[in-house]
Amino acid sequence: MDANVTPVPVTPTLKADVRDLDFYYGSFHALKKVTMPVYERKATALIGPSGCGKSTLLRCFNRMHDLYPGNRYEGGGIVLHPDNTNLLAHGVDPIEVRMRISMVFQKPNPFPKSIFENVAYSLRVRGLRNKSELDDRVEAALKGAALWKEVSGRLSELGANLSGGQQQRLCIARALASDPELILFDEPTSALDPIATASIEELITELKEKVTILIVTHNMQQAARISDYTAYMYLGEMIEFGITDQLFIKPQKKQTEDYITGRFG
Amino acid sequence: MSNTLSLSEPSVADLSVSDRLRKKASRHMKERVIESLLFLAAAMSVLTTIGIIYILVKESYVFFQMVPLSDFLFDTQWTPLFDDAHYGIMVLLSGTITSSVVALLVALPLGTIIAIYLSEFAGFKTREIAKPFLELLGGVPTIVYGYFALTFVAPLLQKIYPDLPGFSLLSAGLVMGIMIIPYVSSLSEDAMRAVPMSLREGSYAMGATRLQTALRVVMPAATSGIASAYILGISRAVGETMILAVAAGMQPNLTFNPLESGATITSYIVQVALGDLPHGSIGYQTIFAAGLTLLLITLAFNLLGFWLRKKYREVY
Amino acid sequence: MNELKSGVSESMELGTLRRIIVRAKRWDLFFVVLGILSLMIGVLTFAVLFADMASKGLPRLNWEFFTSFPSRRAANAGILSAWVGTILVMLVTAVAAIPLGVAAGVYLEEYAPKNWITDVIEINVSNLAGVPSIVYGLLALGLFVYQFGFGQSILSAGLTLALLILPVVIVATREAIRSIPQSVREGSYACGATTWQTVRDHILPYSSPGILTGIIIGMARAIGETAPIITIGALTFIAFLPPQPYVGDPPAGLFDWLFAPFTVMPIQMFNWTSRPEAAFAENAAAAGFVLVFMTLLMNGLAIYLRYRLRKNIKW
Repeated sequence: MDANVTPVPVTPTLKADVRDLDFYYGSFHALKKVTMPVYERKATALIGPSGCGKSTLLRCFNRMHDLYPGNRYEGGGIVLHPDNTNLLAHGVDPIEVRMRISMVFQKPNPFPKSIFENVAYSLRVRGLRNKSELDDRVEAALKGAALWKEVSGRLSELGANLSGGQQQRLCIARALASDPELILFDEPTSALDPIATASIEELITELKEKVTILIVTHNMQQAARISDYTAYMYLGEMIEFGITDQLFIKPQKKQTEDYITGRFG
Repeated sequence: MSNTLSLSEPSVADLSVSDRLRKKASRHMKERVIESLLFLAAAMSVLTTIGIIYILVKESYVFFQMVPLSDFLFDTQWTPLFDDAHYGIMVLLSGTITSSVVALLVALPLGTIIAIYLSEFAGFKTREIAKPFLELLGGVPTIVYGYFALTFVAPLLQKIYPDLPGFSLLSAGLVMGIMIIPYVSSLSEDAMRAVPMSLREGSYAMGATRLQTALRVVMPAATSGIASAYILGISRAVGETMILAVAAGMQPNLTFNPLESGATITSYIVQVALGDLPHGSIGYQTIFAAGLTLLLITLAFNLLGFWLRKKYREVY
Repeated sequence: MNELKSGVSESMELGTLRRIIVRAKRWDLFFVVLGILSLMIGVLTFAVLFADMASKGLPRLNWEFFTSFPSRRAANAGILSAWVGTILVMLVTAVAAIPLGVAAGVYLEEYAPKNWITDVIEINVSNLAGVPSIVYGLLALGLFVYQFGFGQSILSAGLTLALLILPVVIVATREAIRSIPQSVREGSYACGATTWQTVRDHILPYSSPGILTGIIIGMARAIGETAPIITIGALTFIAFLPPQPYVGDPPAGLFDWLFAPFTVMPIQMFNWTSRPEAAFAENAAAAGFVLVFMTLLMNGLAIYLRYRLRKNIKW
């Protein structure tokens, strides 16, 4: 068993840490004093039954909650390293946060634009206009998302013409194009068939060599397959955080054990 | 009702087979009769269209037997009621085009900006107040707008530009533009708000600002709806009658200068209808030829809109 | 293991990033100002229009104004024949347009099979909505006035406006019906109801507030329509009322008023607007004020109904 485990460095570098974070949707207390680390160039999975707050926590990282009125962050916040910026601090612009931290959504949501423009979008909003640089970086991103071979000949076609799995990889390429420090995945395979799911999982495993990944998944096998660390949440609380293999083999908490053995949830 | 189920009636099981069949047959008859009546009501709209085309073509046919089509299209004078009669539709068309361009230069940009603002920037409260207000703006009778253009806007414009005549395509066009804003903004806003939130989130997640998201993601996604809104705005401008009849003067004038007065296709029809033209005279026939031209123009824009909607159908 | 990233992003310095964001957000702010200004242009125009008409017209609004016929002397002129005409024309319009429009809407939503006839009707309805109102006037002139021999009467005018607002009523009916969830229909059919019973007992009652809203908006539009009524040749100087049923010598028939000549509010206003004397402009302002007040009231009612409807929605 041990032979298959990827060796985890003794002291992994911290990329971000959540400190005593509280979050409210209006009066609903959705996250309660959540604390967890996110390690550099590792994949961290958030698991838990639906409604446990895992997606809510993920969307705090790029301040998606700012888009809707009535949402409120409280407590310690999320500190991004190495520059020690609290992402949730009032002085920090959510746009800056989102430029540093990209996101891939549950359902593929390509823009009604060409494949090329979909990927170039995150570069264009950064003011990049140089055609050859755009070409290079779009190609690099599509290669990074393992989509280049399939679409290199038809970059001007609509993104919506691709299959579901290809669309999701297009969205990953879009997220990769701007060289983010952290990519958030919100149940990225829940709308895909098993074959497309496998290819996305493989891609995420490759990506974590280059970029830090935080992924919400409802699928425990998926968390076990692709993540280095796993956090189990329940009713807005962080129940347990640990190295994935240890958490799945020997959970510390009774609640975690109940959930992963399928006795509940 | 005999065919609704109620406790006092004998239940279905108590009826003999022939009774039940008779009941079913009568119920079936009734359903068919009602369906036919409803169908006739729906078909009325088709009859209206047929009626419009029939009347316009019939009367225009008489007109074009007296006036060659080439004169109608290429003559540069429109004097159907004079002894030396000329029938150059260009003259009326120039008024229609000029006033419509002025109106659309006001309505399309402002309507679009308002739509983007309300759909992507404004808070819930602003939207709740602004939308009914715009609707009221669109509900004001056009005769009232005409009065406003003539008695308020024209004198105001004359203060800025003293040579402007009291009746001008400019003052009528400007007010017409304001009148059309709600049509453009309301339809465009509906189209933008129909764009799913997931697309916006995708854009924001890439670090885009509100304006970038609105212009680069939401508007392209709503192209077909916005095109429909523009087409509707154009149709309104081309077909608008009373503002022009009141405020643009009714002198036929081949000009594309909005600072002059002029007649449009619509205001000419009003002018003729106000007089006492005998039924069947050539003057009476001209308004149908003018009306047919107007219908063909609006039809062309409708078809264009139809084609645009097909081409840019929302693919989210 | 790769070396740790020095800054925050390999491709872009944080400082550059912040400059870009500041610039982009400046455009955002610029647009907000632009949006509010555009909205204000609409609001201000309306406010000025209303204030202008009120200041010129309100002094003329007294009891005599409503109870006098038009006159060659501006100070004596009133809108009696105009508002009576408007009400009678609207009555004809409502009687014709409401049943036809609602029936057509019900047919298209609940009965229409998917075939080319339905397609033709649907395309036709949306096309009719874009036909300029004056074209309806020409239709009415050729068809109602001369072909059917109705003359330049209340009946002709009412039917013309009915055709004009038919698309509005149809579209509103369809939208209201479409907002009823399929489960309601299934529930009704599951009880053994026929299509008509479902429509009569469920679809129409549940969609009636939405339909009513559409009808009010359509009627408000019809009240202000001038062009088609001018086109059918409505006289502008009418110093008498249509015949009252069973009154006069010989007594008028029950429906004689339908064929009477008439004038309506917007035509009366147009008539006064086109007179050069300033005193008539005041009359025009007063008539305009009444007209705007009526349409505002109706539109306001429709907006309020829709607002209530949205709040009370239960499914």
